[in-house]
Amino acid sequence: MDLLQRFAAGDMDAFESLFRQYQRDVYRWIVRVVRETAVAEDLTVEAFWRAHKAHARLRPDGNFAAWLRRIATNLAIDHLRKRREYAGLPEELAAEQKLDSAEQQEMRVALRKAFAELPPRLRVVAQLGLLEEQSHAEIAEALGISPGAVKLRMFRAVRLLRKQLERWEKHP
Amino acid sequence: MKDPLPPAKQRTTPEEDELASMRKKLRGALPALAQPELRRDLWPDMLRRMEQPAVHVVWRVPWFDWALLAVAGAVLVFFPALIPALLYHL
Repeated sequence: MDLLQRFAAGDMDAFESLFRQYQRDVYRWIVRVVRETAVAEDLTVEAFWRAHKAHARLRPDGNFAAWLRRIATNLAIDHLRKRREYAGLPEELAAEQKLDSAEQQEMRVALRKAFAELPPRLRVVAQLGLLEEQSHAEIAEALGISPGAVKLRMFRAVRLLRKQLERWEKHP
Repeated sequence: MKDPLPPAKQRTTPEEDELASMRKKLRGALPALAQPELRRDLWPDMLRRMEQPAVHVVWRVPWFDWALLAVAGAVLVFFPALIPALLYHL
C-alpha cells in the first residue's frame, strides 16, 4: 500500500510523512497570498488539519499536492475576506521607502490601501499573478477555475486599482 | 512554470500594457517578503491542533435574509395568484 492509500485509509504515520513532505510548499504558497509569516504558519497547519479530516475523500490515484493547494488557497482567501483593511508595511520595508519623495510615498500608500480593499477573489489572483508571477495555469488549478477566468479576474483587479489611483490623483 | 515575458519589440494590447504598468507600480508599493521560507517544523503545532476539541459551527443567517424571506412569504400569502406565474418563470 503506498503513502496516499495509507493516508486515505486514515493512517497517522502516512499523514505525518505527507505533512513533513509538503509543509514547506504549502507554507510558501500561503505566505505569497497573505504576506504575513505568522498567519501563513497557522493557515498551513489548518490546511493540513482540513486535509486530514477529509482524508476519506482523497482519491489515492489523484494529485495530492494540487488537492492540498486548493484547500490552502481557500483558507487564504477566507483569511483575506476577514481581514480586508490595510495593515501597513513591515518596518524594514517602510524604512527603505522613506528615501522616496513624499508624493511617491503617498501614491504607494494609496495603492497598498486600494490593493487591500480589492475583493478577495480578485486580490488573490492579482497577488499571485502580478506580484508573484505564478502562471495562469497554476493559479487556475489552485482556485479551481479556468485560466481564462484567471486572466479576466486579473484585468478586473487592475481596472479597479487604476480607478482607485485615478480617484486618489484627483483628491489626494 | 512561468508565463514567458513578451520580447521587447513584440506588439502588445492596451490591456497587456496596463497589466505591465500596474505590475511595476505594485512591485514598488508592495516589495517582496524578506523571509518567505518556513523557519521551523510545524508538526508539533499540527499535533496540538489535532488535540483541540472539534468546534461546532453555528450557521448565522443575517437579519436582511430573514427580512427578505418574510417579505417574500407575505407577498405570496396576500397575492397567491403570483404563485403560478413564478412557477412558470422558474
